[in-house]
Amino acid sequence: MRITCPFCGERELGEFTYLGDAKPQRPAADAGEDAVYDYVYLRDNIAGLMSEHWYHGGGCRAWLKVTRNTLTHEISAVEPAAGAGAAKVGA
Amino acid sequence: MRGNQANRLTNGGLIDRSAPLNFRFDGKTFSGFKGDTLASALVANGVKLVGRSFKYHRPRGILTAGSEEPNALVELRSGARREPNTKATTAELYEGLEAASQNRWPSLNFDVMAVNQLFAPIFVAGFYYKTFMWPAKFWESIYEPAIRRAAGLGRAAQVPDPDHYDKAWAHCDVVIAGSGPAGLAAALAAGRSGARVILCEEDFVLGGRLLADGGTIDGLPATEWVARALAELTAMPDVRIMTRTTLFGVYDGGTYGAIERVNDHLPVPPEHQVRQRLWRIVAKRCVVAAGAIERPIVFAGNDTPGVMMASAMRSYINRYAATPARRVALFTNNEDGWRTVETALGAGLQIAAVIDARAEVSPAHRSLASKNGFTVLNGSVNGVDGGKNGMRKISVSLTGGARAEVEADGLAVSGGWNPAVGLTSYHRGRPKWRDDIAAFVPDGAPPGVAAAGAANAAFGLGACLREGFEAGAAAARDAGRSGSTGLMPVADDEAFSLTPLWHVTGEGKAFVDQQHDVTASDVELAQREGFQSVEHLKRYTTLGMATDQGKTSNVAGLAIMAAVSGKSIPETGTTIYRPPYVPVAIGAFAGRHRDENFHATRLTPSHHWAAEQGAVFVDTGLWKRAQWYPRAGEKDWLESVTREVKAVRGGVGFCDVSTLGKIDVHGPDAGAFLDRVYINAFSSLAVGKARYGLMLREDGIVYDDGTTSRLAEDHYFLTTTTAKAGLVMQHLEFCRQVLFPDLDVQLTSVSDQWAQFSIAGPKTRDLLREIVDPAEDLSNEGFPFMGAREVKLRGGMKARLFRISFSGEMAFEISVPARYGEALVRNLMIAGKPFGVTPYGTEALGVMRIEKGHVAGPELNGTTTAADLGLGKMMSTKKDFIGRVMAGREALVAPNRQVVVGIKPTDKARRLRSGAHIIPKGETPGPDNDRGYVTSVCFSPVLDQWIGLGLVERGRERIGEIVRAHDPLRGEDYDVELCNSVFYDPDGGRQRG
Repeated sequence: MRITCPFCGERELGEFTYLGDAKPQRPAADAGEDAVYDYVYLRDNIAGLMSEHWYHGGGCRAWLKVTRNTLTHEISAVEPAAGAGAAKVGA
Repeated sequence: MRGNQANRLTNGGLIDRSAPLNFRFDGKTFSGFKGDTLASALVANGVKLVGRSFKYHRPRGILTAGSEEPNALVELRSGARREPNTKATTAELYEGLEAASQNRWPSLNFDVMAVNQLFAPIFVAGFYYKTFMWPAKFWESIYEPAIRRAAGLGRAAQVPDPDHYDKAWAHCDVVIAGSGPAGLAAALAAGRSGARVILCEEDFVLGGRLLADGGTIDGLPATEWVARALAELTAMPDVRIMTRTTLFGVYDGGTYGAIERVNDHLPVPPEHQVRQRLWRIVAKRCVVAAGAIERPIVFAGNDTPGVMMASAMRSYINRYAATPARRVALFTNNEDGWRTVETALGAGLQIAAVIDARAEVSPAHRSLASKNGFTVLNGSVNGVDGGKNGMRKISVSLTGGARAEVEADGLAVSGGWNPAVGLTSYHRGRPKWRDDIAAFVPDGAPPGVAAAGAANAAFGLGACLREGFEAGAAAARDAGRSGSTGLMPVADDEAFSLTPLWHVTGEGKAFVDQQHDVTASDVELAQREGFQSVEHLKRYTTLGMATDQGKTSNVAGLAIMAAVSGKSIPETGTTIYRPPYVPVAIGAFAGRHRDENFHATRLTPSHHWAAEQGAVFVDTGLWKRAQWYPRAGEKDWLESVTREVKAVRGGVGFCDVSTLGKIDVHGPDAGAFLDRVYINAFSSLAVGKARYGLMLREDGIVYDDGTTSRLAEDHYFLTTTTAKAGLVMQHLEFCRQVLFPDLDVQLTSVSDQWAQFSIAGPKTRDLLREIVDPAEDLSNEGFPFMGAREVKLRGGMKARLFRISFSGEMAFEISVPARYGEALVRNLMIAGKPFGVTPYGTEALGVMRIEKGHVAGPELNGTTTAADLGLGKMMSTKKDFIGRVMAGREALVAPNRQVVVGIKPTDKARRLRSGAHIIPKGETPGPDNDRGYVTSVCFSPVLDQWIGLGLVERGRERIGEIVRAHDPLRGEDYDVELCNSVFYDPDGGRQRG
């Protein structure tokens, strides 16, 4: 598998580390235990397009949001995480 | 006895008669020529028996001339280079080659285990499952060893492989698998378009079936055309031709696996060269021109030496000028098989008969028969007479019911051709059935992959060239190359007609999978016993599960299954195709990553100095760390470690702690960021101060700990444990980039940039004053406990000094740029001589941390909370942080949790062992009464006894209680006292002094 890092270009899988579903958002400090429980433990078992967090540890150390089809492994989009620095580079 | 190549033709073939090669098979010396495979050289020497079969130990010969060979497997080479299950049909002959037949004892000719044939009726499908069920305990001790001795293939070398293997990457526009007419035409078209091309050919010469079947292309004889194509391709700078290279797998994102047998054709790889190289090829497009595999027809005795695929017989005669038989019969159900008759006649062989299963035989063939005096029988072969000395006679059931016998010492069989659908069917693709050729053909392919030529069921030479050329041109175009492809090579198309025939019933064993000894009746039995899905059939009978992966057997097995279950072949379906297409040595996958290079090795800045001192090193993750520094006369590690501890506690010592993860945290929001990742506050930390910090996972369990110092308003220096250095960096980057992108903070890993040493003991200041510029105030007032700042060393170099203590002694940690680490150590030794400075290793470090009750890896074990470690009070209630909410869950704050406590045996002479379970006095040891366990132990020189830390239920409330340390693993049971975990200097006066 190959992932096109927005900072480094197309690189092979071995440079990246997988984390998981990028959809769950960390709840606000006052959201309560149930919301945090859901965030920590509950995951959809997605067959199809999934937005995922990948870490380019073997490259620029950016966290990426990768849209991957879990049925085919086809990657349709890669974007940097909000704090990965893209906005500041462009600014 | 020297073989004389009696079956070698005097002319023709692609062998070099001026380059004779000697080789040994089963101890006998033979000769062959450069250009031979082991199989063709054996054929030339009249050797028919080359192995014994897997289960029944039946005599077996050579069936094919390629990588689909099920039978002719040998052990190649000897000693540490012995390579089992090597296909004689692809092993290139070299001077001095040594090979031995497999699965026979004491000799191939007289094999004791051939007695298995007498018991054949019980060795049916599922035999192991049915017969050796009971008693269960006999399986490991009796049944399995006995079966393993009797059944099997070659023997592994049992000693480390002395050769090297390599892994490499390659990138191109178009990768092509196979160099037959389709592959060469594809390479020409793509190459001329300007594409970067890699052409992989598993054979050692290009040409594929052209080498055996010839033909005329662009008016040239096939071999001349191949030579011309090769010359043109070689002249193209962006075309790379890789022979002895099999494309074995298609992976995601246009990545292909290939194995290059770099030096398998030599006895020993030349110095500094590898035996094999594993390629990962990244290509925009792939053309699969892997050809087709001729399939056998299943009939009784079809495994007798002398029975050979018709196409293989042509290969041996035409390519290798070696004749597998003198009097040949042909059994075919298609037009293509007849080419073998023409080839055999051309080589001066006798044709015994042609048995054609089709109703009609063309007039041309009839006249060929009458001209050459052989008969054409309409019917099927249903038995073969013969054994280890080869076949003698075949019996034929004629259409209409009559029987006939034909005397022959060779039988060429052609059941039609199966396109090699492996590469196009990876990614869970299923090939589709085509009735006209009775074969599975590619139905789509993984993204970027296209089949051409015989691999796509285009069997005629003209069609192969056309499909290959068009596929090559299309692939180049898709890859963005638009140059002119020039003229397409042209040849005539041959007619291909076939009447499907899979299995002829008859007396005796009829083999479907010859490598795994699976017969037609095994398939039928499996069906009767309910294993009707092809995936079940495969696993129950082991059909297609041998090293050849059923290349010659799978489709016949499906056809027989379909017939007995009353379904069609497409309804029966195929099993899933998975890489690798040919066996790939594990050594090639490992490449250079073996032995000391299994993983990278990280050396501390003081490593070379420590090695000079004779330090004993321990592997911690990728690091090598000095464990202790033995001195002459010390009888064991304990004596050395005890000396080191006493030297530190009584004077001064130092230890390399550079392995800790080190992260610079910069930015106006650095403090706010650390507040969110640590349970305790860091924004409130004063500049010039250090603080111990604890991180949780989001589920509330402790993740990591370390000391973090504030060097400037917007600059913190964070340390992690050695083990988690990389993971904490990843975690913090996640927090920064994903969770808290609003914070203005940057992280920089500086683990490798700083050499860091702990200097500890009451004489630490005396030593430091010799190193540090005299203007720096190191007094308790000028540099108090938990102080942290940059200092100037004598000579002007800058360093960082942290007044932190893991040992419990008055201590500093000093950081210098990593390249000065070794110089610093050498200077510490010189400057520290008057104070008796003593280097200490990780063992002494561990002893002192246990004496001080500090938690480390054995306690931060992925199940403990901050409160379990006695650090619950550090959890801030004034801020949110990672893990805060989940740490408050009922079970994580339950009063009966196992918490850290000190442990010491009541008998001071007793050795405490980690892993021992804590059982209350008077209770029976067992899971119900298990109250915890010992996590860390050491011999404490201060207390002069063994002590430890443990995780014990309600441990802090039980201090003073005598409990049992129960250690069934070591057969020990003794009394211990639960005590305060801080054994040494509990009020901390020494580290603050």
